[in-house]
Formats: sequence, C-alpha cells, structure tokens
Amino acid sequence: MSSTHGEYYVPQPSHWPLVGSLGLFLVTGGLALALPGNASDPMGNLGIMYTGFAVIILMLFGWFGTVIRESEGGLYNDQVDRSFRMGMSWFIFSEVMFFAAFFGALYYIRTFSEPWLGGAGNNLQTHAWLYPEYTSTWPANGPGNVGGNFRTMEAWGIPAINTLILLSSGVTVTWAHWGLKKANRNQLILGLLGTVVLGFTFVGLQAYEYIEAYHIYNLKLTSGAYGSTFFMLTGFHGLHVTIGAIMLTVVLLRSMKGHFTEEHHFAFEAAAWYWHFVDVVWLGLFIFVYWLV
Amino acid sequence: MSETMTHDAHHEEHPGGIKRWLFTTNHKDIGTLYLWFSFIMFFVAGFMALVIRAELFQPGIQIVDPNFFNMMTTLHGLIMVFGAIMPAFVGLANWQIPMMIGAPDMALPRMNNWSFWILPFAATLLVAPMFMGGNFMAGQGPAFGWTFYEPLSGQYGHLAFFVFAVHLLGFSSIMGSINIIATILNMRAPGMTLMKMPLFVWTWLITAFLLIAVMPVLAGAVTMMLTDKYFGTTFFIAAGGGDPVLFQHVFWFFGHPEVYIMVLPAFGVISQIIPTFARKPLFGYASMVYATASIAFLSFIVWAHHMFTVGMPVAGELYFMYATVMIAVPTGVKVFNWATTMWRGSMTFETPMLWAIGSVFMFTFGGFTGLMLGVAPADFQYHDSYFVVAHFHYTLITGAWYGIIGGVMYWLPKWTGNMYSEKLGKTHFWLTAIAMNLTFFPMHFTGLAGMPRRTADYPLQFTQFNQLSSVGAYIFGFSQLILLYLIIKCIKGGKKATNEVWEGAEGLEWTLPSPAPYHSFNTAPEVK
Amino acid sequence: MSLKHNNIMTKGLVLLGLWLGGIGSSQAEYKLNFQEPVTAVAREIYDLHMLVIWICLGIAAVVFTMMIYSIINHRKSKGAVASDFHESAKVEVAWTIIPFIILIAVAIPATSTLIDIEDTSDSDLTVKVTGMQWKWKYDYGDGVSYISSLNAEHNRARQRNSGIDVTQIKNYLLEVDNELVIPVNKKVRFLVTSDDVIHSFWMPAFGVKKDAIPGYVNETWTRVEKTGIYRGQCAELCGKDHAFMPIVIRVVSDADYKIWFVRKKAEAEIAAAEASADKVWSKAELMAKGEDIYKGKGGCFGCHGIKGEGIATFPKLVGSAVTTGPAAEHMKTVVKGRPGTAMAAYANQLNDLELAAVITYERNAWGNNASIVQPADIKASR
Ligand code: HEA
Ligand code: HEA
Ligand code: HEC
Ligand code: CUA
Ligand SMILES: [Cu+2]
Repeated sequence: MSSTHGEYYVPQPSHWPLVGSLGLFLVTGGLALALPGNASDPMGNLGIMYTGFAVIILMLFGWFGTVIRESEGGLYNDQVDRSFRMGMSWFIFSEVMFFAAFFGALYYIRTFSEPWLGGAGNNLQTHAWLYPEYTSTWPANGPGNVGGNFRTMEAWGIPAINTLILLSSGVTVTWAHWGLKKANRNQLILGLLGTVVLGFTFVGLQAYEYIEAYHIYNLKLTSGAYGSTFFMLTGFHGLHVTIGAIMLTVVLLRSMKGHFTEEHHFAFEAAAWYWHFVDVVWLGLFIFVYWLV
Repeated sequence: MSETMTHDAHHEEHPGGIKRWLFTTNHKDIGTLYLWFSFIMFFVAGFMALVIRAELFQPGIQIVDPNFFNMMTTLHGLIMVFGAIMPAFVGLANWQIPMMIGAPDMALPRMNNWSFWILPFAATLLVAPMFMGGNFMAGQGPAFGWTFYEPLSGQYGHLAFFVFAVHLLGFSSIMGSINIIATILNMRAPGMTLMKMPLFVWTWLITAFLLIAVMPVLAGAVTMMLTDKYFGTTFFIAAGGGDPVLFQHVFWFFGHPEVYIMVLPAFGVISQIIPTFARKPLFGYASMVYATASIAFLSFIVWAHHMFTVGMPVAGELYFMYATVMIAVPTGVKVFNWATTMWRGSMTFETPMLWAIGSVFMFTFGGFTGLMLGVAPADFQYHDSYFVVAHFHYTLITGAWYGIIGGVMYWLPKWTGNMYSEKLGKTHFWLTAIAMNLTFFPMHFTGLAGMPRRTADYPLQFTQFNQLSSVGAYIFGFSQLILLYLIIKCIKGGKKATNEVWEGAEGLEWTLPSPAPYHSFNTAPEVK
Repeated sequence: MSLKHNNIMTKGLVLLGLWLGGIGSSQAEYKLNFQEPVTAVAREIYDLHMLVIWICLGIAAVVFTMMIYSIINHRKSKGAVASDFHESAKVEVAWTIIPFIILIAVAIPATSTLIDIEDTSDSDLTVKVTGMQWKWKYDYGDGVSYISSLNAEHNRARQRNSGIDVTQIKNYLLEVDNELVIPVNKKVRFLVTSDDVIHSFWMPAFGVKKDAIPGYVNETWTRVEKTGIYRGQCAELCGKDHAFMPIVIRVVSDADYKIWFVRKKAEAEIAAAEASADKVWSKAELMAKGEDIYKGKGGCFGCHGIKGEGIATFPKLVGSAVTTGPAAEHMKTVVKGRPGTAMAAYANQLNDLELAAVITYERNAWGNNASIVQPADIKASR
C-alpha cells in the first residue's frame, strides 16, 4: 500500500455531531409526541419537529462547511479521500438494503400472503373460513377491500417518461464528470445543471402523478397492500431523488465557485454515485411496481 | 474554533472537562464513552432482570403486575442487546482497531463521535414512555417482547417512540460500522495484508458488514409498523392483503444475523487471548477467517428457524432446518481451532484466559442447544419455552458477554497503564461462572417440562427450578459490583504495566507504551 | 493458584454439589425432560430430541476432554514448553467433514418427522381453535362453539395482593371453565386462528404447537393414545395476561365423546333460543347476567378492572363518556370493537343477550347510572 500514513488528517474536536444528534432527537421525539394514540386522530403540534429540522439544517451547513473548508485548504490527502469514498459506498449499500426491505415486502405479499388469502398453498382453510367470497388478484387491497376500489397507474404514461428522465440524467451527470476530469468547467456546469433540472422535473411529475392517483384513481396510501407498497416504495424513492437533487445542486453551486480539481472532487463523485443508485432503484420500481402488475 | 489547523499543531490541545467528551474526535475517548455507556446499560438491564427474577421466585403475582413484568422483559432484552452488548463491542473496536492495525485514529473521526452521541438520545426515546402518564407502575413502556411482533406491538399506544428509538439505534450502528470498515480497509500499516490482520480485526470487519446489511432492514420493518399504525397502510394486516408473519420475516432477516453480530467480535477477542496465554500461535488462522465468513454468510439464510411454528409451507421449514444446522460446521471449526491452540501450549491462567476458556466451554454448550432448536420438529416443543431462554443466555452471556469482559481484562492494562488486581479478577470470574450456570442451567428443565417464556406467573411444578434461577441471578448480579470496583481501582492506580503487558502477547498494540498515547500511531509501523 | 482462590473454588463446588444433590434426591418432583408423550408425534420428537442430545454429549466429551487434558498438563507451571504448530490441512478437513456427516444423520429422521407433523389429511374430526386476548374459543361446527378461559378461582388468586396462597391451588393456572374435549385414538385436526394478536396453541404432551395468526388459519393435528386430562398454555406473548390463557384438553373414549357432544349441542340450542327471543329483560336480570360476563366469559375485567377502574393503559369505565353517554356509541364500541386498539369486537364472541347484559352492567355498576340495553337493541345495532 502506498499510503502517506503520517499525514492522515485527524480533525479537531467538533460540536457538530452533537448538534446533529440533538436535531435528530427533536425531529423524532417531536413527531412521536404529535402522533396520536390511534390512526383516526389528526396530527398534533409539530413545532418541536420543525425546530429539529432547523437544527439539522444548521448542522448540515456547519459540518459540511467545515469539511469544504478543510478540503479546499488541502488538508485531505489521497488516503483521507479513500476513507470518504469507502464511507459513501457503504452508506449507499445500507440504502440498498433499506429499499430491499420494502421490495422484499412487496415480493412476499405478491407471491405469498395475497394468494394465501385466496386459498393458495396450504391455506385452503384460511380462504374457506375467513374469506369465502374473496378471489386473490394483483393489484389488491385484500379481502377487506381496504380503501375501496382503485385503479393503478399506467406504466407507459408518466412512469415511462420519468424513466427516460432519470436515465438521461444519468448520462448528463457522467458527461459533467468527463468535463470535470478534463478541466472543462463549462461542460461540468452545464452537465450538472441539466442533471439538476431533470431531477426536479422528475420530482414534479411524480407529485403530479400522486395527485392524480389520489383524486382520479382513488389509489391512496391506505389502499390495502397495493397502496401500501406502491406509495412507500415510490415515496421513499422520491425522497431520495429529492435529496440527490439537492446534493447535486450544492455540487453545482460549488462548481460555479470554482471548487474541485481534476483529481480531487470527492463531493462530486459522492453525489453522482448517489444519483446512479437512485436511478437503479427506479428501474426496479418501474419493472416491479408499474410494469409487471 | 478553527478546525482548519494543520495536522501537526493540534496534538497538544484538546478541550478539557465535559467538552472533551462531548466534542471528542479521538478513538480512545469515544471508545471509553462507548464502554461506560454499555456498562451503565448493562446495570440498568440487569436490574430489570433482577425484577423479573424476583417476581418469578414464587408462583403467584407478588411484586409487579403482568403488564409491568412484560415491560421489564422487553426492555431487559432490548437494552441488553442494543444498549449493553453492541456498544461494548463498538467500544472495544474503537480502542483496539487503530492500535492493532497501526493507525493514528479511526478513518472518520467526526462521524465516530456522532455514532456514539446518538445512543443516549435513542435510549431516552426508548424509555421515555415509561415515565409518561404519571403512574410509573402502570407501565406505559413497551411490553411486547424485544422481538416486537405485530400486531401486539401495534396495540401499543406509544409505538412511535419505540420506532424512532430503533431508527436512531440503527443510524448509529450503520455509521459506526462504516467507520470500522473504512478504518480496517484503508488505515492498515504498510505490510499488514488482510491475511496478517489480527482476528479481532477480521471478525469486526465481517460484523460491520453484517450490520450495514441488516440494520437498514430493521429500519424498514419499524417504518412499516409506524405507517401501519398511524398512516393506514396494511403491510401486516390480513384484511388489506398483508400478513403479520411478514413482519416476522423482515424482523428475523435482521434478527438472526444480529445474534452473530453479538458473538463474532467475541470470537475475535477469544482468538486474541488464547494464543497469548498458551504462548503458541493461533491454530488454523486462515480457517478461522473462512469460518467467520461462512457463519456470516449462513446467517443471512436461516432466519425463519425462529418461526417454525407460524405455519410456513413444509418445504420452507425443511429448507430453514437444513440451513440452520449447517452453522454448526464453521462454528465447530472455531471451537476445534481454539482447543488445538491450547493443545501442547504453555498455558497460564490470568483472568482474561479464564474468561476465554470459560467462554469456549459454555458457549459450545449454548451452541449445542442451538443445534437442538434448529431441528424443526423438536423446535415445535422447545419454541417459546424457557429452553430457548436458556439457549440464548448461554450464547449471549457466555459467548458475547464473556468475550467482552475477557477483552476488557486483556486490554485494561494497555488502556490505563496499570495492572488490575488478579485476585479480584479471578474472584469475579468464578463467582460469575458459577452463578451463571446456577441461573440458566435450570431453565433448560423448566422449558422442557413446558414453561412458556414471557410469563409473569407459572404453574406450581416449575417452582423449585425457578427459585434456583432467581438465587443464581442475584449472585450473578451482585458479583458484577466486583467488576465495577475492579475497573475503577485499576483506573485509579496499581502496579505499572509494561508495554507488552502479557508475556506471550503479540501484535502492534503491545509495541505502544502503556497507557497508549492519545494518538495511537503517528508514524505507521512497518509490518513484516 | 493462591490458597484464597482455592477457597472460593471449593465453596463454589460445594454449592454446585448441593444443587445437584437437591435435584437428585427429589427426582420425583423435578421434571428434567419433556412431559410424557401420549401421541406418536410426541414420541418421535422425543426420540429426535434424545438423539441430538446424545450426539452433542458425545462431541462435548471429545472436545472437552481434549481441552481439560491440555489445561491440566500443558500449563506453564508444570514446565510445559509451547510447541508452535499452527496448521494441518488434514485435521482441519476432517473436522469440517465429520460434523457435516453427523448433521446429515440427524436431518434424515428429522425430515420424516416434520413431514408427518404437517400432514393434516384424512382427519376424523375438525375443531377450530381461535385465540383471543386472553382466552380460547373452540368451534366444533354444528352450533357447538364455546369460550374457554382461566378458571375463576385461579383468576382471583393470581391477582396481585389477592391474599390467596396459590401454592394451595391444585393445577394452579392450568384449569379452565370449559375444557376442549376430543375422542381418543382419532385423528383430530385443529384449525388455529386468532381474533386479535398472535397466540400459540401448545399442548406439550401431544407435541403440538401452532401459532394462531390473525387473518390466517393454520392447521395441525393430533391422535392421542390415552384418555385423560392434558394441560398446556398459550406459547406466544400476547399482551398483559399471556400467562393466564391455559389450554386444557380432556381426551375421552369415542362413546363418551358422542354423549358429550350431544349434550353440548342441546345446551347451545337452548342458549341461542334464549338470546334471540325478543324477550324484554328486567334490569336486575341483565345486571346479574352482565356481571357474570364482565368478570367471567367476556373477560372485560382483565383490561378495565374488576371495578371498572381501568388497568395500566386501558381506560376506566367508571364515569367514562361512553358508559354514561348514549347507548349507541357504547354498543358500537363493544360489538364492533375499536380497530387498531386492544378493544376487540365482541360480536362473534358473545350473543345478543350476553352483549346486552354486559353493556347494561357497565352502564349501571360502580355508580354509573345510564340506560339499559335489550338484546333486541343489540340485534338492531349489529
Ligand atoms: C450470540 C447469540 C447466539 C448465537 C451464537 C446462537 C447460535 C445458534 N442458535 Fe440461537 N438464539 C439466540 C442467540 C444466539 N444463537 C437468541 C437471542 C435467540 C432467541 C431470540 C428470541 O426469540 O428472543 C435464539 C434462538 C434460536 C432459535 C429459535 C428458537 C425458538 O424460538 O424456537 C434457533 C432455532 O434454530 C437457534 C439456533 C441456533 C443455532 C443452530 C446456533 C448455532 O450458531 C450454534 C453453533 C454452535 C455449535 C453447534 C457448537 C460448536 C460446534 C461444534 C463443537 C461442532 C460439532 C457439532 C455438531 C456437529 C453438533 N437459536
Ligand atoms: C446479552 C444479553 C443478555 C444478558 C447479559 C442477559 C442477562 C440476564 N438475563 Fe436476560 N434476556 C435477554 C438478553 C440478555 N439477558 C434477551 C434478549 C431476552 C429476551 C427478552 C424477551 O423475551 O423479549 C432475555 C430474557 C430474560 C428472561 C426471560 C424473561 C421472560 O421470558 O419473561 C430472564 C428470566 O430469568 C432473564 C434473566 C436474565 C438474568 C438473571 C441476567 C443476568 O445475567 C443479569 C445480571 C444482573 C446484573 C448485571 C444486575 C446488576 C445490578 C445490580 C447488582 C443491582 C444494583 C442496582 C442498581 C445500581 C440500581 N433474561
Ligand atoms: C384486551 C383488553 C380489553 C378487553 C379484554 C376489553 N377491552 Fe374494552 N377497551 C380496551 C381498550 C384498549 C379501550 C380503549 C380503546 C380506544 O383507545 O379507543 C377500550 C374501550 C372500551 C370502552 C370505551 C371506553 C371509553 O370511555 O372510551 C368500553 C365501553 C369497553 N371498552 C367495554 C368493554 C367490554 C364490555 C369488554 C368485555 C366484553 C371489554 N371492553 C374488554 C381494551 C379491552
Ligand atoms: Cu395468548 Cu399468549
Ligand atoms: Cu437465529
């Protein structure tokens, strides 16, 4: 290993982590206090939660601000850079596993529980005793017809357009990266700008689609198993797209300020990896949630 | 505070007092925080166990109402697992990994601080409901078992607190693990190839991988619980097409690897200790590494052995039975390797060695009962009985916890610069070992005879064995005060420790002075 | 080893000796193994269990002997010099393969037992078993269906500060008001499900354990070889009173079973007729019946307290808005339950008369003073 060991940058004590913990505590504790004892009540007072979000945003500015200053100050050698890369890749792996839990739930419900309720496998008695009238199909909201009848989104409408948008944003971000590597600032900035615009367009279309689902298709989060899996999967994905787009926006602003060098641009790469990850999750969604219904 | 100082200047100055601990980015400080946090949590959860054992001393309800009892069981399990065992191992990792691989610190020091300082907040969220609603004895805390099966947990009024506590714990574990992996893969001294790493480092590398793979799944599980209860989804509700058993699948996909997360680092510690005191290299280093990796791999594909009675299709039950018993093979390899390391060595029996040998004996025993549980038809009898409670206390206490205490004794002189008192150490070991068996051995019998777990009261025929267990538990509990005293005494002073501390010790950490300097290795040592 | 330390060891050994001695001398009282199996499946399980135990003890003997031998002989104080071998492909392969073969030897009988356990076909009789917080419902079809909960005397005794010495109660916690009755030597199939949370139907002597999953029906079966009374308990944590939902099965001869069934059916018909008749009941009658149900079959007191005072997180009924307000909301709460909470729907557990009685009771006991409810009102509200 050709590491430059003695130079490894060990930062000074910092108060930002503690601020971050406090922020998380306020967000979660505040939301928990506001959530009532049962599903029918409205949400209570969310003041504590919003305070928590403010604290977290403060922390993000403070912490990342420090990191950016250190980075631009040349304190990070290649080895530190490698630590960051490893950190980011394993973080993305953890995100993959988070989505895996929900894909797993979707798989289980489609392959096992839904058919079982309809009497498949060794569940003849389940069907005969509890749901004699029920025939299992997919998409489904269970024998209780939870949430009432609904229709599903057509895969080849907005979802297909969104697929195109995300795929091309993957191209633009790679193009921006090439620009960065050959010191072509314009290409970098243009590529990033394109990616960010595509990203937010995706989010906008997704929001439009949700509104349609709720108002026209009667497809809601509360529409039984289909509604649950559909909105939780696409919802968490949408959240990740939003986060990714914000990350790319920050990278864009930094690029415009002249940050990053041809060799050293971990922040750019981290955001780009994250973006690709979000992209791949979408392909899974498109196939298993929209297409193969 | 200028955080952009050059790296050479900042060695001398770091804030004192409470700020040192709140803002620290130093792996040793953070390790210390983790270890003390874990020790406190061990006492808290242990105290809850003592409440359990007091109630179970006699049939009938004497001390706490059943709901409160269930809350004790639940919080005892949760706090032991997430508050005591896991943080203790992260504490050991923080202290030791940089020293063992020749690094100045952890790879991502600020994040390291964050991983720790989330924990107290998470613990607060977990226990806060206990104090809500005024009446403490009414038991408003979680009372649905540490496995929080739906739909019972869905009936719990303060579910959101529980869910968010688990989210934060997961967040902390994931960040801690990322840090450990980055440290191990990126910060090794030149010449230290992967296959030269000490086994403690290896086992932690694999454990960290397990953690990153399964903690997010747990987060997913509790998120679904949350939306089921508050936002009208139906993941676990049959009427909407879901299934309560789905919860168990998701939970145990996390839960089973979790038990190996709690034992693999202990295997690592044992693999450090035994060669030292046998004055003989570890037998089968390579096969140890492969066995650890195989255990980790197998741990992903056996989860439903906790669910043999839920009504899975037979093919599923058969598959999970076969996969489960397979784990005996790599675990056996480890046991045989340890035994062979001792064979024809030149052994001495200082306290760390006692813990290590005790662990090999008793853990193997717990492993055997695990194998019995893995045999699906027989598990129909054992499941949810005290036999299972006996099994997992043998694996967790004599596997995981013995490993932790062994490790603490082994490295304490390196951390404090002082030798601990051997006399106290040995007394503590023997008292604990005897009390442990007195507490948990009878549970095999009550379980086989048909006593269900998580019950506040029991039929009369189980009385005698429960009394033995309770007596044992109190001896066990109060013996731990010796440990507390021993550690404080060792921090305060004692015979000065040499650099090497133990005659047969090998590894980079023993080349550093005792106590180890604040930044472990400023210039990387060369490993041949 | 110092003298002091030896001393502690001796003490420990003495303690251990006392404990083992204690077990040895009163073998009869202590149960060291499974309950005596009374079905072929339970016997097969028992044999498997013993097989694995012996295998483990065998392996333990080898490994522990080796370790103890080296602990005794290869210690530095005895002048042992460490050798430095640390690898041997041969042994390492051997101790990977041999355990593997042993495991296959265990897996073969285990597979056949498991397949046997899960084969519920060709049964002579089917009983539907429904777990609920915290009682069981047994459903034979043909109108015979009843609830089985912990015997009332045991229930009083098990309350904290009840002042009753539970050790004087025979079969403490293992006695119910209505036993499950099945014929001997017949293949009985159980369809197991739940109304609220997960429970587990466990009869140790039969080798039967099956989880009761709400919304799904699981199957299991038994063929008991000996008449008698068998006792077990719910085996899955199901909330506050998980420890107090025993299962008692009386196994009788085929002839006795038929007699029992005919009688049970007649009783059920009378009760159903009484409940559905549009008779108007007096307040006193309803109150008396209601109290029985509140403290017995309905199990309401388990959550709402014997005096309606509420327990832990469960609401009190004394002076509550529902029990003193309009009857409609009260009926809705009890008949339909409160989804998402522990308050279950009692529509299928209690008949119209029983519901009317218990609601009337709640509305007029403990100082509450509100309207009475008749079976006809319940019928209308269903
Ligand atoms: C550190 C924790 C730990 C460890 C290491 C283990 C190890 C094992 N466990 Fe255990 N287990 C738990 C913690 C642990 N367990 C907990 C906490 C629960 C309960 C959770 C709850 O419900 O609350 C549980 C429950 C549990 C169950 C579910 C029981 C039930 O609820 O019905 C099962 C079933 O298969 C099981 C099996 C095993 C097996 C096969 C191993 C194997 O890894 C053991 C392997 C080791 C050996 C076998 C010994 C050494 C080997 C040799 C000397 C080689 C030769 C041996 C042979 C060929 C036999 N465990
Ligand atoms: C690593 C984890 C770990 C550890 C170390 C322990 C340690 C102990 N456990 Fe625990 N246990 C679990 C993990 C663990 N347990 C889990 C996961 C469960 C399952 C939970 C569930 O079913 O959901 C469980 C369940 C469980 C039960 C079953 C409860 C039930 O089913 O109802 C029992 C019963 O006896 C028990 C007992 C004990 C005892 C006596 C100890 C002793 O070793 C404890 C030793 C005691 C002390 C260390 C106390 C020290 C305190 C003092 C000396 C008092 C001083 C007081 C103050 C300062 C306030 N445990
Ligand atoms: C498993 C525990 C449990 C049992 C048994 C139980 N209840 Fe309840 N009950 C509850 C809970 C929890 C609530 C509160 C529901 C809510 O939050 O809306 C409740 C609410 C009620 C209420 C409304 C009280 C109010 O003021 O809101 C009435 C009336 C009631 N139950 C009657 C009964 C009757 C009658 C029985 C027996 C036939 C019974 N309960 C058995 C748990 C139980
Ligand atoms: Cu029902 Cu436990
Ligand atoms: Cu397991």
